[in-house]
Amino acid sequence: MNQPTANPPRTAAADADRAVPPARMASRGVTDDQTASATPVAHTAPPTGEEHPRTAPLAIHDMTVAYDRKPVLWDVDLNVPEGQLVAIVGPNGAGKSTLIKAALNLMPMVSGQVLIYGKPYRKQRHLVGYVPQRETVDWDFPVSALDVVAMGRYGRIGWFRPVTRKHRRAALDALERVEMAQYAHRQISQLSGGQQQRVFLARALAQDAKLYFMDEPFASVDAATERAIVRVLHELKDAGRTVIVVHHDLQTVTEYFDYLILLNMRVVTHGPVDDVFTQENLRMTYGGRLTLLSEAAQLFTQQSRSPRVD
Amino acid sequence: MNWLISDTWTIVIGSLCAVACALPGALLVLRRMSMMGDAISHTVLPGLAIAFLLTHSRAPLAMFIGAAVIGVATAFFIQGVQKLGKTESGASMGIVFTTLFAVGLVLMRQAVDHVDIDPDCVLYGAIETAGTTWQYITLLGVTAPRAVFVNGGAMVVNLVLIALLYKEFKISAFDPALATTLGISATLMHYLLMTMTAATAVAAFESVGSILVIAMFIVPPATAYLLTDRLAVMMVLSAVFGVLAAVFGHVAAIIVPPWFGFEGTSTAGMMAVVAGLLFALVWLASPRYGVLARMYHRLVMSMHVLCEDVMGLLYRLEELTDTQPATMPVADMTQALVARAWLVRRALGSLGRQRMIRRGDLGYVLTDAGRDQARQLVRSHRLWESYLAHYLRLPADHLHDPANRLEHAHELADKVDVALGRPETDPQGKTIPSRDNQ
Amino acid sequence: MARINTSRSRLRSFTARRPKRGALVIAAALSMSAFTAEIAAAPMQNPKGGHSIADTGFTWPTVEQTVRVLTLRDYNTRIVVMGVTCLGLASGTVGTFLLLRKRSLTADALSHAALPGIGLAFITLVLLGQDGKHLPGLLAGAFIAGCLGVGCILIIRHTTRLKDDAALGIVLSVSFGLGVVLLTIIQQMPVGGQAGLQRFVIGRAASMGARDAWVILICAAAVIVVCAALFKELQLLCFDQGYAGAQGWPVIRLDVILMALVTMVTVIALQSVGLVLAVAMLIIPAAAARFWTDQLMRMTLTAALIGMVSGYLGAVISALQPRMPTGPVIVLVCAAGFGVSMVAGIRRGMVVRVWRHWQLNNRVAMQHLLRAMFEQYESGTTPDRAFDGARMIQPRRIKVQFDKLLPKRSWTAAELRGIAATAVRRGLIHRNDDNSLSLTDAGGAQARRVVRNHRLWETYLIHYADIAPSHVDRDADQIEHVLGRDMVDRLERLLSEQLPPRTVPPSPHGA
Repeated sequence: MNQPTANPPRTAAADADRAVPPARMASRGVTDDQTASATPVAHTAPPTGEEHPRTAPLAIHDMTVAYDRKPVLWDVDLNVPEGQLVAIVGPNGAGKSTLIKAALNLMPMVSGQVLIYGKPYRKQRHLVGYVPQRETVDWDFPVSALDVVAMGRYGRIGWFRPVTRKHRRAALDALERVEMAQYAHRQISQLSGGQQQRVFLARALAQDAKLYFMDEPFASVDAATERAIVRVLHELKDAGRTVIVVHHDLQTVTEYFDYLILLNMRVVTHGPVDDVFTQENLRMTYGGRLTLLSEAAQLFTQQSRSPRVD
Repeated sequence: MNWLISDTWTIVIGSLCAVACALPGALLVLRRMSMMGDAISHTVLPGLAIAFLLTHSRAPLAMFIGAAVIGVATAFFIQGVQKLGKTESGASMGIVFTTLFAVGLVLMRQAVDHVDIDPDCVLYGAIETAGTTWQYITLLGVTAPRAVFVNGGAMVVNLVLIALLYKEFKISAFDPALATTLGISATLMHYLLMTMTAATAVAAFESVGSILVIAMFIVPPATAYLLTDRLAVMMVLSAVFGVLAAVFGHVAAIIVPPWFGFEGTSTAGMMAVVAGLLFALVWLASPRYGVLARMYHRLVMSMHVLCEDVMGLLYRLEELTDTQPATMPVADMTQALVARAWLVRRALGSLGRQRMIRRGDLGYVLTDAGRDQARQLVRSHRLWESYLAHYLRLPADHLHDPANRLEHAHELADKVDVALGRPETDPQGKTIPSRDNQ
Repeated sequence: MARINTSRSRLRSFTARRPKRGALVIAAALSMSAFTAEIAAAPMQNPKGGHSIADTGFTWPTVEQTVRVLTLRDYNTRIVVMGVTCLGLASGTVGTFLLLRKRSLTADALSHAALPGIGLAFITLVLLGQDGKHLPGLLAGAFIAGCLGVGCILIIRHTTRLKDDAALGIVLSVSFGLGVVLLTIIQQMPVGGQAGLQRFVIGRAASMGARDAWVILICAAAVIVVCAALFKELQLLCFDQGYAGAQGWPVIRLDVILMALVTMVTVIALQSVGLVLAVAMLIIPAAAARFWTDQLMRMTLTAALIGMVSGYLGAVISALQPRMPTGPVIVLVCAAGFGVSMVAGIRRGMVVRVWRHWQLNNRVAMQHLLRAMFEQYESGTTPDRAFDGARMIQPRRIKVQFDKLLPKRSWTAAELRGIAATAVRRGLIHRNDDNSLSLTDAGGAQARRVVRNHRLWETYLIHYADIAPSHVDRDADQIEHVLGRDMVDRLERLLSEQLPPRTVPPSPHGA
C-alpha cells in the first residue's frame, strides 16, 4: 500500500523539462489507469480544450492556492457537470471555502485556470451567484432584508442607476421563494440566524444566475431554514441550474446532493454521490495523513517570513 | 549656531518626556489602542480648563489632577458610548474626544481674561522656552527648569509602575481573558494604563503639546516593534528612539531652517518629524521585518532555489547520459531552467565559489561535493513526487511543479522516505538516489 | 396567492414611503440654491452694516439682535451660516458611509495629514509669486497631502506587522509635526497672510469670506452629487465587500472614491472647525442618525439634516454669544444632538431599548406567575375535574395563598406583589376576600397556553435533544417565552406521537 504501484514509461525530457505536452498526455493515460485501480473514480480533465467541455459550468485546471506562501490547495483539477447539486465536503481546514473564493477571484491563485462555461470568470460574472458565509458581514447594518436581496440585482441595474420598482419586485419574489416575504422590511439584525441565511440565499436567487456557489449555507441554521434551502436547491436543479455547496454534514450528503467533491488540501476524488460516497474515500479524506505536506508548508512560511540564519 | 544652556535643557526635557511616553506607549501599541492615546492626549485641554474654572487658580497640582481625571474619564466615556449606544469603538472614540476638545476650546475662550493658557501652546507646546531661566525652580536642592521635574517625575512613576507590574501588564496586554482567569483584573490594568497615559500626557503637554504627545506615545514604540519581539526590549528600544528623536529633533530645528534662510522652527514639531524619519528608516532597514531585508531575503531565497535547480539539472544530465561528469553549456541551462541569463550566471558564480561546480570544456560540471548535494536534491524531488502521487493521487503530469517547490524542503526528505516505506523508484520509474553515496 | 398579494401591496406602500435617492439631491440643492442667491445678492448690501460674528459684544443679545441673527439679516452672518450649513450637509452625508465602513478614525488621521499640505501649498504659491492665501490652492494642497496620508496608512498596514491603529497614529502625529514645522517657518516668510493659516488648526469660521463660502458650497455640492449617484454602490461596499468583489464591482476603486469624498469634506471642514474637530463633523451626525432609523437612505438624510441644523445653530449661537468660537460650538451642538439621539432615538436609543427589555421581563414574569398558579390549580384538582376539553373547569375554585407562590421561583415578595397587581389589573387573576389569588377564566386560558408551550418544549428537549429531564426545566424556561405561533405548531406536529393534541400535557418531571 505504501509503495506507489505502476511505473509509467520513462520519458527522457519529462524530468529535466517542465512542460512537454505530448509526454504529459502519454503519461497521463497511464496514471489515470493507475489511479482508477485505487479509487473508484478516475481523474478527468487534462489540460486540453476538448476535455474541458464548453458546457461545463465550472472547470478548474491545475489550481494551486496559497495563503501567504503557505499552500492550502494543491493542484485542484475538476469539471463540474451541469444541472447538478454539488457538495464540497472535507474536514476543517481542508480548503473548501478557499476553493470557492479562488474560483470567484476573491483570492489570488498561485497557478491554474478557472473557466465558467468555457470562459474566464471575469467575463462570466453575470452567470454566477454567490452566497458567502453569514459571519462575513455586519448584521447591524441599517438595511432591510429586501434591501439586501435587491443587492443581487445591482449587477443588472448597473452603475449610477437607482433600484427601481421592477427590481424590488424581483427581490421580493426571491424572498417569497425562501418563505421570507413577511420579513421583507425587517432590519436584518432582527432576523434569526437561519432567516439571515435565507436572506443571503434570496439575494443569490434574485441574481438569477446559472451557477451558484454557497459557502456553508447549512451551518447552524434551524430546521425550517434547512428545509427551505433544500427546497430551493431542488427548484434550482429543476430549472437546470448548477449549485456548488460547501457542506459539513456527512449524514445529509447523500440525501441532498447528486455530485460530490471530496476535498482535503487536494481533490481526493469527485463524482456522482452514489459512486464516491464510500467508506474508503471518506477515510482518505478525513484521515489526517498529510502531516508531511503541512509541515513542508509550514517550513515555507517560516522561511519566507524570517531570513534563514546560515 | 550658538548653543545655549537652554538648548541643553530643551533636549533633556524632550528626552525625559520621550522616555516617559515610550513606556505606556509600548503597551498601547501592543494592545492596539494607539488611538486611545490620541484621544486621551486631546482631552488635556478641557481638563485644564475645567480644573481652572473649578478652582479659579493656576495651581499646578489642581491643573494636573483635573487634566488627568478628565483623561481617565475619556476612557470611561468611550466605553460608555460604545456599550450604551452600540457604536463602533473607533467612532465612539472620535465622538468623545472631539466633543471634549470642543468643550475645552469653548471654556478656554470663556476664561480668556483670567488665564494665560493659550490653545496654541496647549497644542504645540513650548519646549523652546521651557529651558529659559525664568522657568527654573529649585527642588531637593537641584535647580532646573520646572518641566524637567514634571517630565522626570512622570518618567520615574511610569518606570516604577511598569517595573513592579511588568508581568501583569504583559499578560493583560497579551490575553486579557487569561489574565482575568489568573486573578489579574484586566479591567483594572486597562484603567491603570489609561491613568498612566493620561498623567503622562498632562505632564508632557507643556513641552511637546497635546497633539504631539501622540507622536511620542506611538511612533517610537511602533519603530521598536519592527525590531524586536520581546516586550522588555521593545520598551528599552522605544525609549532609545524617543531620546534620539528628541535630540535630533531639537538639533534639526535649529540647524535645518537656516539652510533656507530662516531662523529656526518648532522643536516639538521637528521631534515628531524625526521620530517619523526614524520609523521610516527602521521600516526600510530592520534586519527582520524591514522592507529591504525582506526583499533581500526573497532574492536570496530565489537564488538559493536557482542554485539547487542548476545542480539538479546537472545531476539529471549525468543520469540521463550516464557520464560523470556531464557538461552543460550556459545557454542550454538558461533555456532549460526558464530563468533570466544574468540570474543563472550569478547562480553559477555562487556555486563555483562554494566549489559545487567547476568550469568544464564546454560549460559547467559538478564537483564531487556538488554531486553529493545534487543527489540529496534529486532524492528529495523524487521522494516528494512519490508522496504526491501516492497521497494526493495527483496524475503523473501534475507531479513535477509541486515537487519542484517541495524539493527544497530537504529537511523533510527522510520523513517522506520513511512514510513511503523507502521506495526505490519514483512514479516515473526513475531511481531515487539513496541518502549516502552508495 | 393571497399572501403574495398582500406582500405586493406592502411592497407598493413601502416603495411609496421609501425616501428616493433624488430626495437627497433635491434637499441639498434647495438649501444650497437659497444660499447661492444670498451670496450673489450680497454686494448689493452694505457689508459694514450690522452685527457680525467677528465682533461680538459682551452683552446678552437683545430680542431684536436674536431675530436679526436667526433670520440671517447680516451679510457676514449669512456667509458663515451658509458655509457651515453646507459643510454639515456634506459631512453628514459622507460621514454615514464612513461610519458604516468602520473607518471613522481614518478621517482624523486624514485631517491632520492635510496640515503639511496646506503649508507646502502656501510656500509654493508664494514662491510662484501668487497670493499665499488663495483658498482653492491651499485646499488642493490639503487634498493631495490627505491622499498621501491615506496611502502611507495603507503602506504601513500592508508592509509591517503594525495594526491599523498604530498606522493611523503614526501618520497623524508625524504629519501634524511636519505641519507645525512648516507653519513656524512660514511665520518668518517676508509676505503677509501667514497668520491666516493658523485658522486651519483650530478653525475660525468667523473669518470666512464670500469666496471661501463659494468653495465650500461647490465642494459640498460635488460630494453630495457623487454620494447620490453612487448610493447603491457605496451601500454594497459598506455592507458586504466580499460579495461586491465577487459580483465584479471594483471594490478598491469604490473605496478610493469614498476616501476621496471624505478627504474633500475634511479639507473644507478645516477652515470652519479646524483639523482636530473635522472628524467630529463627519462622525457625530452619522452616529446620531443611526439611533433613529434602520434604513440607510433615511439614515443618510437624517445625518445630513443633523449636520445642517448643527451648522446653523452653532453659527447662530456663536454670533449671539460673546467668546463662542464657531467651530467648537458647532461640534457641541452636534454632540448634544448625539446625546439626545442616544437616549431618545426611536430605533436604537437607550430609552427604547430599556423599554423593550423591561417589557420582555414583565411578560416573562407574568408568564411565570400564570404557570405557578396553573400548577397550583393542577395539584389542587383531580385530573378529570380539571378540564372540560380544552377549557379549565372553574379556575376560580382554587385559591392560592400568596406564601405558596413565593417559593416557586426566585422572586422577592415585592416583585411577586407587583406582578400579581398587574395581573389583577389585566383581569387575569382575581384577588379573593381572604387575600388569596385565583385564576380568572381569561387568566386560566392564558395560563393553559403558557404551560402547554412550556411542556411542549420540555418534551421536545427530552426527546430530541437528549437532555436529562432534571435539566430541562431551566432550558425550557428561556425559550418558551419567545416561542411564536408557527414554532408551537411545528412542535405540536413533531410531538403528535407523544402527546394528545390541544390539551396540556403532563409535566415530564412526573410531578
